[in-house]
Amino acid sequence: MDAIRTEALTKHYRVGFWRSRPYVALEGLTLDVRRGEVFGFLGPNGAGKTTTLKLLMQLIYPTSGRAEILGRPVGDVEVKRRIGYLPENPYFYDYLTAEELLEYFASLFGFQAAERRRRVATLLDEVGIGAERRLQLRKFSKGMLQRVGIAQAILNEPDVVFFDEPMSGLDPLGRREIRQLILRLRDRGCTVFFSSHVLSDAETLCSRVAILAGGRLVASGHLSSLLAFQVQGWELVMTGVSAEALEQVTRAGQVARATPFGVGHYAFELPLTTPPDRVLSELTARGARLVSLMPVRETLEDYFVRQVAEAPRDRGLQVSGTHAGR
Amino acid sequence: MQVVSHIALNVFKESVRDRVLYSLVAFAVLLIGGSYLIGQLTAGQDIKIIKDLGLAAIATFGLLIAVFIGIGLVWKEVERRSIYSLLSKPVRRHEFILGKYAGLALTLLVNVGMMTAAFYLVLVYLNTQTPENIRAVLPAPVADPGMLRAIALILVELLVVTAIALFFSTFSSPFLSVALTMGLWLIGHFNADLRNFEAVVESPVAAYLARGLYYVLPNFAAFNVKTQVVYGLPVPGSYLLTTAVYGAVYIGLLLTAAVVIFARRDFK
Repeated sequence: MDAIRTEALTKHYRVGFWRSRPYVALEGLTLDVRRGEVFGFLGPNGAGKTTTLKLLMQLIYPTSGRAEILGRPVGDVEVKRRIGYLPENPYFYDYLTAEELLEYFASLFGFQAAERRRRVATLLDEVGIGAERRLQLRKFSKGMLQRVGIAQAILNEPDVVFFDEPMSGLDPLGRREIRQLILRLRDRGCTVFFSSHVLSDAETLCSRVAILAGGRLVASGHLSSLLAFQVQGWELVMTGVSAEALEQVTRAGQVARATPFGVGHYAFELPLTTPPDRVLSELTARGARLVSLMPVRETLEDYFVRQVAEAPRDRGLQVSGTHAGR
Repeated sequence: MQVVSHIALNVFKESVRDRVLYSLVAFAVLLIGGSYLIGQLTAGQDIKIIKDLGLAAIATFGLLIAVFIGIGLVWKEVERRSIYSLLSKPVRRHEFILGKYAGLALTLLVNVGMMTAAFYLVLVYLNTQTPENIRAVLPAPVADPGMLRAIALILVELLVVTAIALFFSTFSSPFLSVALTMGLWLIGHFNADLRNFEAVVESPVAAYLARGLYYVLPNFAAFNVKTQVVYGLPVPGSYLLTTAVYGAVYIGLLLTAAVVIFARRDFK
C-alpha cells in the first residue's frame, strides 16, 4: 500500500469578477509516494504545490480525480489520526502559548492529560523551543512559529507527514535542525512529503522527487535516475603531472579545461565524448598519479530550471468541454 | 462530542484572553451609576426604571458579544489560516462549527450569568434602602426572582442571534455579516407587524409574501417579556417552554444550514 496516491487529481478555479474565466491550479496529477520515503514536491512559486497539499488535506475539493492517503480517501478521520500537516507560513491562535496550543491540538487526538503533557514537553525540546514555550504566540518570531508548526505536525507520531515549505523563515542553524528532524522521522518509518523550492534541501533529503510547473507534473522519479542520465562529463584530478603530459592531453583536444591547483596538481574537465580511462592511462604513463575521477552530473537545480523552462505557461483550460471550478 | 467540547473551550479561552469579560465591568458601572442617578427620582419609580435598565443592559451587552464575536468565529479562522492546521487534525467540519457555536454559547452564558448576579446584588441593596410602605405598593418585589424568566428568554434570544451570526460568517465577509445579522435582529423585533400587514394590504401577493416572511424570519418579539416581569405580570412556564423550543428549532435550522455551507467550502 502506498502512503499517498493521487489519480488525475485536478483543481480548476474561476478567476475574475465580471468575466470570470477558468484557471488551472492543478491538472491531472498522478503520483504515488511509497511508505517510509522522503518525497520532495518541487516547483517554482505558483506551480500548484500548495494546491496539491490542500487537496490532500481536503481543505479544498478537487474538480476531478481522486486522492488516497494510507489506502483511504483523503478527509477520512481515521486518516487524519495518522497524518501531520505543516501549512505554508503557518498561523496559530496567538492568544495561546506554545504549550497550550500543542495541548489543545493533542486533545483533539483524544490523548489524556498526562500523555498530552509528556508529548508536548518532548516535542518542544525536539524542535528547539525552550523557555519561550510559556509565551503567547503573538510574541513569537516567524522562525519560532515555524518550529511550533513543525511540532504540531508531528504531535501524533504520524505515519505520513506533509510539510509545506518547512524551511521557510528558518535561519541556517534552524534549517539544519529541521533537516536532521526529517531524517529522524524517516528513520522512524514515517513518510515525509514536503514541498519546497529550495533544491539543496531536496537534494540532501529526498529519495524521490516530483517537479510541478504551471499546475502540471513535468518530472518525477528517483533523484539518482533523474540526474544520472544527465552526466555532462568527467572531472579528473591528478597529481605529479609533467608539462609534457599536460601538453599531450590538452593538444589532443581530449580535455575541455585544465585548472592548476599547485605544482603538478591539476583538475581536468573532460567532455562526455572523451573516455576518461584513455586520458587517465595517458597521464599515468607519463608519471602522473590519480587523485579522483568523478562524473560531472547535472545538478537538481540545472534539471529543475530546464524542466520548468520547458513547461507550458498557459494556465487556462485547454481541453474543451472540461468542467471548471466548483 | 469530545472534539466539540475541546473546540468550545478554546473559543471560551479566546474570549477571556481577548478581554470580552471586561464588558462586565462596563455593565456594573452602568448599573451602579444609573441606580445612583435614578435613585434621586420619585420613590418607587426608580426601582422599575432600574429593573428596565438592568434587563435592557443585559440584552444589549449580550447582543454586542453575540454579534461581534459570532461573526468572527469562522471568518477569523479562515482569514488567518489557523483553520488549515485545525482541520488536518481528526476534526470533522461539522464538529468545528458546533464547537465554535458551543464556545460562544458558553461565553454568553457566563457573561449573562455574571451580569444577572451583579443586577440582583444591586437590587438586594436597593431593597434594603426602600422603606416598607413603598415596598408594599410596588407591583413586584424589588429583587423579584420572576425576572429570571425574562433573563432566560434574553439568553435564548442571544443564542439565536449567535446562530445567525455564525451562519452568515460561514460564507460572507465580517462587514456583511454584521449588517445582515443586525438587520435580521431588527426585523425580528417587528416581525409581529408582518402578521397584521395582510389585513391592511389589498394585494393577495403582498399578503402571502408578508405571511411567508412572518413564518421564515425569527420572531424576536416573542423573547421579550421584560415589561411583564417589571410590572409583576405573570409569564407562564408553558410560554417559556414554547418560546425556548421555538428558539431551539430556529438554532437547529441555522446550524444545519451553516454546517451544509461550510462542508462544501474551499479554503483557498
